[in-house]
Amino acid sequence: MAWQKRVLRVDLTNGTCNEEPLNMEWAMQYLGQRGLASRYLAEEIDPKVDALSPENKLIMVTGPLTGTTASTGGRYSVVTKSPLTGAIACSNSGGFIGAEMKNAGWDMFIFEGKSEKPVYLHVENLKAQLLSADELWGKSVWETDEILHNVHQDPLAKIACVGRSAEQGCLYSGVINDLHRAAGRSGVGTVMASKQLKAVVVRGNLGVGNIANPKAFLSATAEAKKVLAENAVTAEGLPQMGTQVLMNVINEVGAMPTRNFKEVQFEGAHKISAEAMHEPRESDGKPNLVTNAACFGCTIACGRISTVDPKHYTIENKPEYMGASGGLEYESAWSLGSDTGVDDLDALTYANFICNEDGFDPISFGATVAAAMELFETGAITLKDTGGIEMRFGSAEALTKAAELTATGDGFGRDLGLGSKRLCEKYGKPELSMTVKGQEFPAYDPRGVQGMGLAYATSNRGACHLRGYTVSSEIMGVPVKTDPLSTEGKPELVKGFQDATAAVDSTGLCTFTTFAWTLEDIAPQVDAACEGNWTPESLLEAGERIWNLERKFNLDAGLTKEDDTLPKRLLKDAAKTGPAKGAVNRLDEMLPAYYEARGWTEDGEPKPDTLKRLNV
Amino acid sequence: MLRSLQLESEKCTGCLQCEMACSYENEGVFNPSKSRIKVFTFHEEGRFAPYTCSQCAEAWCLHACPVDAITINPGTGAKDVSEDVCVGCKVCTIACPFGTVNYNADSGKVIKCDLCGGDPACVEACPTEAITYVDASNAGMDRMRAHAAQTIKA
Repeated sequence: MAWQKRVLRVDLTNGTCNEEPLNMEWAMQYLGQRGLASRYLAEEIDPKVDALSPENKLIMVTGPLTGTTASTGGRYSVVTKSPLTGAIACSNSGGFIGAEMKNAGWDMFIFEGKSEKPVYLHVENLKAQLLSADELWGKSVWETDEILHNVHQDPLAKIACVGRSAEQGCLYSGVINDLHRAAGRSGVGTVMASKQLKAVVVRGNLGVGNIANPKAFLSATAEAKKVLAENAVTAEGLPQMGTQVLMNVINEVGAMPTRNFKEVQFEGAHKISAEAMHEPRESDGKPNLVTNAACFGCTIACGRISTVDPKHYTIENKPEYMGASGGLEYESAWSLGSDTGVDDLDALTYANFICNEDGFDPISFGATVAAAMELFETGAITLKDTGGIEMRFGSAEALTKAAELTATGDGFGRDLGLGSKRLCEKYGKPELSMTVKGQEFPAYDPRGVQGMGLAYATSNRGACHLRGYTVSSEIMGVPVKTDPLSTEGKPELVKGFQDATAAVDSTGLCTFTTFAWTLEDIAPQVDAACEGNWTPESLLEAGERIWNLERKFNLDAGLTKEDDTLPKRLLKDAAKTGPAKGAVNRLDEMLPAYYEARGWTEDGEPKPDTLKRLNV
Repeated sequence: MLRSLQLESEKCTGCLQCEMACSYENEGVFNPSKSRIKVFTFHEEGRFAPYTCSQCAEAWCLHACPVDAITINPGTGAKDVSEDVCVGCKVCTIACPFGTVNYNADSGKVIKCDLCGGDPACVEACPTEAITYVDASNAGMDRMRAHAAQTIKA
């Protein structure tokens, strides 16, 4: 078991909340979280619908291990059709609201239709109701969180909401929970705001029981925690340095996209690295990093809690930004820093605060600013377009101003909210957009990490590192070391990572555990908690099933083989420095073999036999 | 030797494994809201603080109870609530200066830390040793040692 076996269906058009049983037949095939919600979405919407129309649905979903004592068992996802990519979106978040949903007795909330007026959902155990959000519309995430905690006089309530950027239609707005954790990518927050749904407030004290074999579960989870506690990455690297442990490593191997992917190494990397976050600053003798922090149930605790230098220009006379909040992860440090050429740690931390405060994805935002900077420097846009901002690479002022404008959708912020693809198209330079399927790249240059090129090109949600993180193998040697500059064996490697990740996501565990865990560590935990027989093999098969389901959704939505590609810059312009000097990404060497390994046709469509084998 | 829980907030990451272990040990479900130990987040300060009953020698809760439902466990020194005797009047929750005795609406009784009979589940569950179970007479030993270390520096 471990599932609560309960779905809350919220009809925003009619203002109703109804309970229904979880489809256990699907749960046995798709587990929970990403997989199970994708199954519901594929069943319930036409993949061709406009993502921002009432016909799209938005699902908040937990996994069977969410809310249990399994380490990192606190994840939830937001699944919907993305307005940024037109593909299926699944954005995964930690924090505490996922476990709270389970404690309130639910596996999943399905939102459908569109409310006439702004509303929020209030859930207290099995009681759910829609309440007016008239007073909340136009407020930031941080303001909304404070107001709702006060209104309900409940400091223990967990809150997920959208900020002003989503209300203004920024296409990469996320759903922020617990102030600074984000279901960040692909514009899932934009969809939520399009339904006039401002927030979800959850409080539960029913607990998560229903463990199929409690004794085996306690022993399997204890064993697995030991593995995390004895692994150098999960026991030391991540808690001490956060994901930022990667900054100097990736820069040295020449896979650090810099200035909109014009270069692959950033001369300012050391100034925005994990090490820099530990350095005491001149003004108050304190380092940027205040502490590491855990999400629900996580024994790794990679989260960063930071402050901006109290003397920094960004927070002069702004006491509301002087406290500690969610600090820089590797991805945000890269996108806001290296990709824009800005090496001012405090400017990046401030911009990251703004992304959390008004709920937009720092990866897509930083990458869009980088594209705008290149548009500006090549003369495609001018001061007239930017409202007087000198959008030059390396300008901290341009970055922080851009963040403030994107937060509220004012001035040039409206253009930036389009994302890199639409921005570059609008100004006649589509080739400057570093995106796949309309979504901005994360922080690994595929010229220096060949497998990641294939992973990006074939990711079901557009460019993304979390759909198949072959960096783990190609750079860190986990579980086996492969040559990052070779394409050999990469199609199979990418497929393996994609399938395994889809399974891990669907359990409710965090993908960062896989620096130490394999499916051999995860399967006993799932098997002890859930009914059914879960082995590494059956998990991998579930992952493959999920991957094919997502793929089918995307093909039905109108995407084709032509969308499985990379920007020309990465395929034609060689890396200029570092170990990958002279290299481009050799996607054409990998893609046909990948389709074959997947059991897809040359056009990238799952063969009938494949779908039948996987029961999709 | 009497032992007591030592809570070191600077080591806490806010993961709530202690709350899950406590609720599972006592209620058979993973349910932080039924935990006798609570972790508080002080977001703007970037701090987390675990907190539970310190097992006062002269326990206010014990003296306040009108039906003598709270007694001293001779083995652990814990102030144990007898579910059979407790009438759920909640006077102990008012008497406790620290708020560590609480009412459980499901059972109609109060709940508080009983040191799990001498083998606290939260201690075992804490991944960062922010919660330890140490000699009650020397609960400050680690801090003393840290300061002692200062005196040997040149």
